[in-house]
Amino acid sequence: MPAIEAHHLTRRFGSITAVDDLTLTVEEGEIFGFLGPNGAGKTTTIRLLTGVLTPDTGTIRIAGIDLRTDPLPAKRCMGIIPENSAVYSDLTAIQNLTLAGRLYGLPAADRNARARSLLADLGLADRADEKVRTFSKGMKQRVSIGCAIIHEPAVLFLDEPTSGLDVQSRRLVTGMIRRMHDQGSTVFLTTHNIDEANTLCTRIGIINRGILAATDRPEILKQTFDTTQSIEISFAREIDPSVFSHPNVLRIDQRGDKLRIVTDDPDRAVKYLAAWADREGVRIASLNTLGPSLEEAFLAITGES
Amino acid sequence: MVLPLFFQGALAVAGKNVRIYYTKPPVFIFGLLFPLFLFIAFFMGRGLALSRFYPGFLAMTLFFTASSVGPLITPWEKRDRTYERLLSYPLTIGSIILGDILAGALFGFAISLVILVASLLIFSLPVGDPFIVLAAFLLGTIAFATLGTLLASPASDTPATVMMLSTLVRLPLIFISGIFIPLADLGGAAQAVAYLSPLTYLVDLFQGAMNGTGVIGPATDLAALLAYFLLFGAGAVYFQRRNVMKGL
Ligand SMILES: Nc1ncnc2c1ncn2[C@@H]1O[C@H](COP(=O)(O)OP(=O)(O)OP(=O)(O)O)[C@@H](O)[C@H]1O
Ligand SMILES: [Mg+2]
Repeated sequence: MPAIEAHHLTRRFGSITAVDDLTLTVEEGEIFGFLGPNGAGKTTTIRLLTGVLTPDTGTIRIAGIDLRTDPLPAKRCMGIIPENSAVYSDLTAIQNLTLAGRLYGLPAADRNARARSLLADLGLADRADEKVRTFSKGMKQRVSIGCAIIHEPAVLFLDEPTSGLDVQSRRLVTGMIRRMHDQGSTVFLTTHNIDEANTLCTRIGIINRGILAATDRPEILKQTFDTTQSIEISFAREIDPSVFSHPNVLRIDQRGDKLRIVTDDPDRAVKYLAAWADREGVRIASLNTLGPSLEEAFLAITGES
Repeated sequence: MVLPLFFQGALAVAGKNVRIYYTKPPVFIFGLLFPLFLFIAFFMGRGLALSRFYPGFLAMTLFFTASSVGPLITPWEKRDRTYERLLSYPLTIGSIILGDILAGALFGFAISLVILVASLLIFSLPVGDPFIVLAAFLLGTIAFATLGTLLASPASDTPATVMMLSTLVRLPLIFISGIFIPLADLGGAAQAVAYLSPLTYLVDLFQGAMNGTGVIGPATDLAALLAYFLLFGAGAVYFQRRNVMKGL
């Protein structure tokens, strides 16, 4: 039984069609990444799938339960971290988690112990009894995650869970996502961090202007939508890219102290570059060949700009 | 006993409201200080018979306290960005509103009960018919708490605006009710206007139970309060559902 089944979802706001005839199935045990430019309809889709918004047309099943006819049982199977959503700053971390536990129907006897152990996992054991008002952004996000997973949901929705977090907090969040996944949860997340989607997700959907443009495994998306190959080279000193001219060098982009060289034949291009460096007596600091990238695939699909 | 999910959710929401919103300054100002000042302004130093106006004052206290928590909650949650998460929990607009009503009603009930008991002890006023007083307390607090949640419906995430607006709505309801001039003394047109205010029926219930000077009759009073509760409740569900995404 699929964890998430959406059929022909449409949602309009005035003249804008935020989600346009979206049909999507996410199987149990997947980590599904939902990508798209700003305003593409990611948050609206998550709001529809989690019952915060009702679709104009279309049906949704979560773990086989129809969200429209049985919203409360369906919502009990989910954990949700909304975009830009806060936890109660007047409550302590532990009170926030036990409130979430109560709302998800956990028995009173389990709530406190669950909340304490979860806060310890999230690195907040020593702040558990402080009001959330005094917490940093990353700490609040961890409380928010705790509220979403206290009932060990079958399906976890996260809307940009790592945006604005430092490296440690981001690792903690992605670690938590992996852990929930290992314990059998299905994960549906949106992100603007394409590397993160690439390393975390088993499947990716790309939405553009409300329309689901592509869904597939990350490697397949790359191969299908990004046919270019490139070489990334860095020299020990600054080199003006215009000195390179070769029929197999199609384009050169400056990326920090590196040059990204787009080519149709990596073998000839590498030999050319190495010969040039040797002739000019310039040391090569690093050299990588890059396969098709998810970022290029994303740009190819969402296009225009 | 396993309560249906709907009521479990409503009770959890009510618990959250009690914990977070009872201590907010606007509740204190508009729920407690306001009726006290009105009482002082209109009753003190005018040599009025306390027993004659006391039922009106009790009704006004109950009205203000019960309807002062509700307007605050939804705008506050929208402003603090906790509302979307609340919607994503196993709740519906209906169970969220019921939770808000329960919290408001409990606040009104508790404070009005304290005032009732204190004044019965201090001024040895007549107790009246305890069953009617209890019924009036229950139905009155619920109806006015529901008015409070209805007043929270405007699509605003600014609690101060909503509190001001709700005071603007509640004050006229007091002035046209039979608090300052007993219903029996009101003339034709004024009496007709008084019947529009839900507070009139609560005042009449208390007057009847405590002084034996009710005009409308307890059964009609209770039925009117019930009707207002249903009207306010339907309005709250309708408008809150319509404005659910505003301010998210
Ligand atoms: N409550 C609303 N009222 C009116 N329009 C809305 C509302 N919510 C979303 N929209 C519109 O729907 C479209 C999709 O918005 P949505 O928030 O789903 O995008 P997104 O993909 O999450 O963008 P971002 O990456 O910036 O978070 C946008 O054009 C937005 O303006
Ligand atoms: Mg978004």
